Amino acid sequence: MATLREIRRRINSIKSTQQITRAMKMVAAAKLRKAQDQIFAARPYAYKIDEMIRHLIFQLEFVENPLLAIRPTQRVTLVVVTADRGLCGAFNSHIIKRTLRQIDEHRDKEVSLVCIGRKGYDFFRTRNYPVEHRYINIYNQLEYPIAQEITAYLLQKYAREETDMVEIVYNEFKNAIQQTIVVEKYLPLTADEFSGELKYVDYIFEPDKITLLDSLLPKHLNLQTWRILLESNAAEQGARMTAMESATDNAGELIQDLTLHYNKARQAAITKEISEIVGGAEALKFE
Amino acid sequence: MDENRLSVTITTPQKKWVLDDIISVTAPGVMGSFQVLSQHAPLMTQLEIGEIKVEKEGSTELYATAGGFLEVLKNNVSLLLESCEKGLEIDSARAENSAERARNRLKNRSDEIDIPRAEMALARALNRIRIANKVK
Repeated sequence: MATLREIRRRINSIKSTQQITRAMKMVAAAKLRKAQDQIFAARPYAYKIDEMIRHLIFQLEFVENPLLAIRPTQRVTLVVVTADRGLCGAFNSHIIKRTLRQIDEHRDKEVSLVCIGRKGYDFFRTRNYPVEHRYINIYNQLEYPIAQEITAYLLQKYAREETDMVEIVYNEFKNAIQQTIVVEKYLPLTADEFSGELKYVDYIFEPDKITLLDSLLPKHLNLQTWRILLESNAAEQGARMTAMESATDNAGELIQDLTLHYNKARQAAITKEISEIVGGAEALKFE
Repeated sequence: MDENRLSVTITTPQKKWVLDDIISVTAPGVMGSFQVLSQHAPLMTQLEIGEIKVEKEGSTELYATAGGFLEVLKNNVSLLLESCEKGLEIDSARAENSAERARNRLKNRSDEIDIPRAEMALARALNRIRIANKVK
């Protein structure tokens, strides 16, 4: 049986672990707040740009844009959005598993990967998957230019016909304890995405409708990338919060068990000592 | 609402400004700078890097933008911009830094550097510096 000192040492070590997990939980909660605020802040912009594109598509008799054109799919790019860091439950491993399944689904095509977040990158790089580009350590300072950079990269690949289709695998933020994995088609776009109730407005378009649509669509993609980064970031913080909360709870349970154990052992030791003393005294009586 | 006044909304993915009681808005259009007054016809247009001037009774505000879109509809002017900074809030030191970085990148040209992108970055930074100096 473990000695008293050993048990005490274990209790102390678990207590300090618990302190760390509790702190991590609180940090994650604060970051989640910020991530949610960013999601809310992006909504008016998303609404407006969508409305403008809808007006344009609605008023164009003939929509022709390379981003809206479907071509035979030979090469697929999968964008894998994971976290930079671990300790957030199954957040990263679920994404990786889903990506592996998606790679398998595209086995008749040529698949390449773009990794956002260190965890996914580490996994696929070490297993010799065709990772052609990566964006790591981006979540600490999440600003719009990162989304623009990623979009520019994907658009360039698509324009050069180095890829025929781009899909993104990411965690969508439901609420603090729930994330859903989403596989979303990113490119090409479809005009159907921009349908909805609309009232005809006799706009003056400057320079002209086609030029406007040509420059609006990449901005729309910038925003999609941004939205996905924000969703994934919020989902990550939520997952970490939940994981750290249950870690803190588990540590609490362990401490309780060990304390009980410790008290029992201490009492047993005292009882033993007393009976030894009593026994010794009894023995002396008869001398 | 007074029909001789505009309501201006500047929307970026990270921030939103709503300005009421505006007399005019001057924006950097792709075909040159233009001004919107009240009762303007519905318009949808594209903006370049430049300054946006919002005129109020007795005061004007300047904003720096890297381009975007502008829509006019019934005395409402919506500006849809990927980046926008209020003149007074521009961090001149940061703008100087990014201008310097872009200049260096253009100086040491190599195959890896995307020259049009560096040029754009420089133009954006210079625009911000210019507007920051104007409002001081």
